Amino acid sequence: MIPEIGHYALILALFVALTQATFPMIRAARGNRAWMDMAGTASVAQFVLVTTAFGALMWCYVTSDFSVLNVAQNSHTNKPLIYKIAGVWSNHERSMLLWIFILGLYGLAMSLFGGNLPPSLRARALSVQAMISVGFILFILLTSNPFLRLDPVPTNGAGLNPLLQDPGLAFHPPFLYLGYVGFSMAFSFAIAALIEGRVDAAWARWVRPWTLVAWGFLTFGIAMGSWWAYYTLGWGGWWYWDPVENASFMPWLAGTALLHSSLVVERRDTLKAWTILLTIVAFSFSLLGTFLVRSGVLTSVHSFASDPSRGIFILGLLVAAIGGSMVLFAIRAPSLKGGGLFAVASRESSLLLNNVLMSVAAGSVLLGTLYPLFADVLKLGKVSVGPPFFNSVFVPLMVPVVIVMAIGPLLSWKRGDLKGALRRLKPAAIAAAVTAIITWSMSGGIGAGAALGLATWLFVGTMGELAHRLFPMRMTAVDFLRRVITIPRSFYGMTLAHLGVALVIIGITGSTAWKTEKVQVMHFGDTVKVASYDLTLKGVEEGVKGPNYVAARATFLVTKNGTFVAELHPERRMYDMPPRPTTNAAIHTNVIGDIYAVIGDPDESGGYVTRLYYNPLVPWIFIGAGIIALGGLVSLTDRRYRIGVPLRKVAMQPPQS
Amino acid sequence: MSLRRWPAFVPIAIFLVLVGFFAYRLVMIDHGDAPNLIPSVMINKPVPNFTLPSLFDGKPQVVSEEIKGKVTLIDVFASWCVPCRIEHPYLDEIKKAGIVLVGINYKDRPEDARRWLVQLGNPYDAIGTDRDGRVGIDFGVYGVPESYLIDKQGVIRYKQIGPLTREDIEKVILPLATELSK
Repeated sequence: MIPEIGHYALILALFVALTQATFPMIRAARGNRAWMDMAGTASVAQFVLVTTAFGALMWCYVTSDFSVLNVAQNSHTNKPLIYKIAGVWSNHERSMLLWIFILGLYGLAMSLFGGNLPPSLRARALSVQAMISVGFILFILLTSNPFLRLDPVPTNGAGLNPLLQDPGLAFHPPFLYLGYVGFSMAFSFAIAALIEGRVDAAWARWVRPWTLVAWGFLTFGIAMGSWWAYYTLGWGGWWYWDPVENASFMPWLAGTALLHSSLVVERRDTLKAWTILLTIVAFSFSLLGTFLVRSGVLTSVHSFASDPSRGIFILGLLVAAIGGSMVLFAIRAPSLKGGGLFAVASRESSLLLNNVLMSVAAGSVLLGTLYPLFADVLKLGKVSVGPPFFNSVFVPLMVPVVIVMAIGPLLSWKRGDLKGALRRLKPAAIAAAVTAIITWSMSGGIGAGAALGLATWLFVGTMGELAHRLFPMRMTAVDFLRRVITIPRSFYGMTLAHLGVALVIIGITGSTAWKTEKVQVMHFGDTVKVASYDLTLKGVEEGVKGPNYVAARATFLVTKNGTFVAELHPERRMYDMPPRPTTNAAIHTNVIGDIYAVIGDPDESGGYVTRLYYNPLVPWIFIGAGIIALGGLVSLTDRRYRIGVPLRKVAMQPPQS
Repeated sequence: MSLRRWPAFVPIAIFLVLVGFFAYRLVMIDHGDAPNLIPSVMINKPVPNFTLPSLFDGKPQVVSEEIKGKVTLIDVFASWCVPCRIEHPYLDEIKKAGIVLVGINYKDRPEDARRWLVQLGNPYDAIGTDRDGRVGIDFGVYGVPESYLIDKQGVIRYKQIGPLTREDIEKVILPLATELSK
């Protein structure tokens, strides 16, 4: 009964979305207010229905209803409850349901918080949002229905891939989807604005907070995924340039560019066509990611069970959504007149440079990701593009990005004082040079020296600008407090995000340049020196029982110069359903670096193969990424984005002196 | 339309080219001829002669003569190959079905390969190392992973490019192997 309710709710949601996609759009053209307001009501109804469907499937998982094919294929009575609930992302059908659930959530948010939008823009944006819903609900109902029944009912399910049974992974995909789908908001606004033919500062002010939300979630989601890979896959790395990682990274790059260019539209009323294109591109990359993962056109460790018929359907969706919006863009963009002119040395130029470099970076990631496919189709042979390509293309592109990142915020709009800015950055330049030279002379790595120098430049430059704003020449404590409050939150947000980037660079440099890796056979009592730590294998306890696995659990004693540091317990697990081995690395971190231990199979002599790493500065990557996302969140609380209620209140009050 | 308008059409043009590639690839997959199945000239030919040192010190060499007499699956793999990770868990099923499983570690550093096997488990009965890919040329290795099913007479009867999935094993490999062992 419950699955049928879910199925039925999904079909109803399709029809609600169809209505919402058509009538408000048509009627908005005629200025019919009642029909336009209907879009808001419809989006609430759609959200309720989609939530019902989502909840119904979750119910089937929680109660282990194996008469539902999707549950039987992916769950098991022994599976811990948290993964029955959180496994929403674990298979294709269920993750698509999560996709439209989040889309419904954003649609609801648009109708709730969009009260101060011009009614026609709001109606059209909600309409576009509903068109996306129609496409994806149809996709679920026609090719990937999670509510299909199974007869005869099996006694138990096939279980969930144990690699996915991990608390870190319970949160990674939902955040990623909140990011991907979040770009649909900016996209819907862009299409609505193109239809209306009006893109102005007010438009940018509506779009920017939603872009910040999506971008913040995406940043966090990518960081979580990388962290999960780092501590569960057991190879000591945290990024592989795998097609699916790239699929999440490309929208992030486009989104980062969009964040910066929408600022220009908002403040200076220029770069409009470009910004609109970026909103389309950011969402297109999100859709492309969905396509690449599910269609089987590329091979990746992350792919869902792929199916060409689904691939053809999603490709059709891509053509309709991306193709349609790009045609609309091509027709309307030339009429979007830019406003303000700006000098070469100006805030606008620095943001534009950011945009160009981010776009080139996104383009090169796209090229690298799809190159194997191009080569295959063009009969150039089977190739696989790996980290060497991405590193050699991506890293040089990021060098000017980081240099400009410190200068840009110091330049004023329209015409900036480049000489003055560079003078203020002198301490940063000196600190960068000193760091680079010290690093180079101590470690002998010229690349590491340059990278740490860049990070120092960004960090000191950004901190310097913060100090410059907080502490002018002469002032009292009251002045200082007033400044702390009056400086816009968006400035603090930017400062945090840029500092976060500096930390990420430091982390990446540390982990690539000074990683220590030791692989050997160890017997009980053996000690191996990794960096400055001594790791002693104390013992291995076989047959440790977990909820649905049996583990071999090792005990390592970590000491430094004879003093106790930590005890590590890496595990080698064998899950029962489906039977599959996994390695669980044990990590001890002191923020400066991670001691990372993995236990392998025993050999004939009674020893164990062990892999021990010292990964310096890796935590900084994740801390830095977290700070970047936090920067987005802080920026979001900026006064000018608390749209809706406050603005209206201001309008109703008499002007205050 | 003025000349000024053409840049606005660049995005859609690029997108359509991409769609073309995607569509072609999907059609290829739909016809079942790509990306995994490429008819091999090696089918129904005897296994090329090879002698490879074992991946593990102290174990005997892996020699083509010795694989005759039993149905064998030769699996070409490498630690650097991401799809090999996908295929890996399913190799146990092949072993369980009584097929001899011989690995050829292709263009890989032996220490990397050994580490990889420590991490994922070692289902192979024997593994030879083909560091420079010389034997790979004789086999016509095209992309890793690749698998060759060999009958009792040492003749290649089936070749797959790309990872073996559970479906491939259950629907193709196992039925064919059962037939060949009669």
